[in-house]
Amino acid sequence: MSEGEMQPRPPSQGQLAPGDEHLAHFSDRVGFFTLTQKEIKRFWSVLGQTVTAPVITALLYLLVFAQAMQGRAPVYPGVSYTQFLVPGLVMMTVIQNAFANSSSSLTQSKIMGNLVFLLMAPLGAWEWFAAYVAAALVRAALVATVMLLVALPFVHLPIHAPLALLTMFLLSGGSLAVLGLIAGIVANKFDHLAAFTNFIITPLSFLSGVFYSVHALPGFWYTASHFNPFFYMIDGFRYGFFGQADVPIGVSIAWASACLLLLTAICMWMLKTGYKLRR
Amino acid sequence: MQPIITVSQLTKTYASGFQALKGIDLQIRRGEIFALLGPNGAGKTTLISIICGIVNASGGTVTADGHDIVRDFRAARQKIGLVPQELTTDAFESVWATVNFSRGLFGKPRDPALVEKILRELSLWEKKDSRIMQLSGGMKRRVMIAKALSHEPSILFLDEPSAGVDVELRRTLWSFMSDLHRKGTTVVLTTHYLEEAQDLCERIAIIDKGQVKVIETTQQLLDRQAFRFLRLKLGNGGVLPEALRPLVSEEKNGVTELRLERERHPIAGVFAALRAAGLDIDDVHTREPDLEDIFIELTGRQPAAAAGAAP
Repeated sequence: MSEGEMQPRPPSQGQLAPGDEHLAHFSDRVGFFTLTQKEIKRFWSVLGQTVTAPVITALLYLLVFAQAMQGRAPVYPGVSYTQFLVPGLVMMTVIQNAFANSSSSLTQSKIMGNLVFLLMAPLGAWEWFAAYVAAALVRAALVATVMLLVALPFVHLPIHAPLALLTMFLLSGGSLAVLGLIAGIVANKFDHLAAFTNFIITPLSFLSGVFYSVHALPGFWYTASHFNPFFYMIDGFRYGFFGQADVPIGVSIAWASACLLLLTAICMWMLKTGYKLRR
Repeated sequence: MQPIITVSQLTKTYASGFQALKGIDLQIRRGEIFALLGPNGAGKTTLISIICGIVNASGGTVTADGHDIVRDFRAARQKIGLVPQELTTDAFESVWATVNFSRGLFGKPRDPALVEKILRELSLWEKKDSRIMQLSGGMKRRVMIAKALSHEPSILFLDEPSAGVDVELRRTLWSFMSDLHRKGTTVVLTTHYLEEAQDLCERIAIIDKGQVKVIETTQQLLDRQAFRFLRLKLGNGGVLPEALRPLVSEEKNGVTELRLERERHPIAGVFAALRAAGLDIDDVHTREPDLEDIFIELTGRQPAAAAGAAP
């Protein structure tokens, strides 16, 4: 078997010749699908917690803020405050749920001890990574879809750039799913995870322009917002609906992509070296 | 024949600074039943965790069926099934789902017939739709074995398979392991039940404080002791001749046990002395030293489970 041969083989053969397998080499499709399915099943069996609850929370925000801010001047020409609010809330929920899914799943496996079955499996870092991210994206997509379906009868939402919408969803949901994976690897107990959520995810998502345009902010906060990746995720997502946003869509896509790349690099390093997993 | 597992100069130092393995060298032969014997904390679990890919080694190499466990981890792990010591598995899953899941994680396509066969052999078929949390401890242990066998490994590791199981299940597990062995699977188990290793295993490695003290066949290990015991019951209230007195190791209920060194005290000599003294012998039998005697000699302590092993 030549050193250079890197072609994935059908896993059903069960035998992999030495020399053609590397941690960073995605070749185990059956393993990947098995794990993805399992991860989806995990949140699917508790939909009340994993989908219904976050949708209701987000809709309550919508109800309260839409009522309180009724009659304010439109944020963008032709876009009412309620219209402005919906995409931001959807993206905020996507961010929080993508993170929650991969982080809590991994931490739970660690605490329950059944992580050992993943560690002993011949899964490479990429299969492991892809399965957790895919499952988190499915949950995020479900939450987003349900929210939009519930909001649509009350709020008219144009879709200006569907491709931008999808891109922003994948980049942002993906980033947070990866961050969740990192948090799950680092956390030794649910306390650590709660700290991660309460001190990083929640503040950053609330201070990201979900409820307002950053142009309405005083100087310091206006500048600070531009260092918050969540701001670009939400702003870019909003662009997909209205064709207008606080920053150009290219900038948002660049920030979200950079975020995803950086987090993926960190996460893959952890998975490949077994950081905090294989001690 | 090429060994199925080769461990060379394996070391492990945990982040806490604790040195669990201090340069382990051992080879496991294809198709044998091998025991890793040692007191608690000797490094047995660390050693098999490294071989199975759960823990990273600090130094040294391991190959499984010729595949380096790090460089060719996919091929190496395909060959290995592990039954961990802790009964940890998804409590809410059914037996059927969890065993099929294990197979899928190893990249093998679904094979309901094979999974059925495994579950039947382990007497789990009737429980296939039960949630794991509803099962007894013994059944959970068998589910763990079914999971480990689901991808048809050629090497099965069992970490303390008899810990916390009752005598009946222990016997069932032993005969199951013997069956697997007969079918060609290499079986490696860690244990601190000396009886288990002695009855079941062809070769034994005794590990203590992160080092291999000895690797030998069970028989060689037992032959290491240069002595054996002779138990006598004398008839008609006979009294042991003075010449044999120094050899007595135990006297209880009229039975005298002599500790005989193989070289210096042939059994025939003892009988000659008894005959010369005109003594009747009611009953006699010899006892070979067991692993426990050897274990104590090699590690300088009692096996932790020796007391608990008695049913």
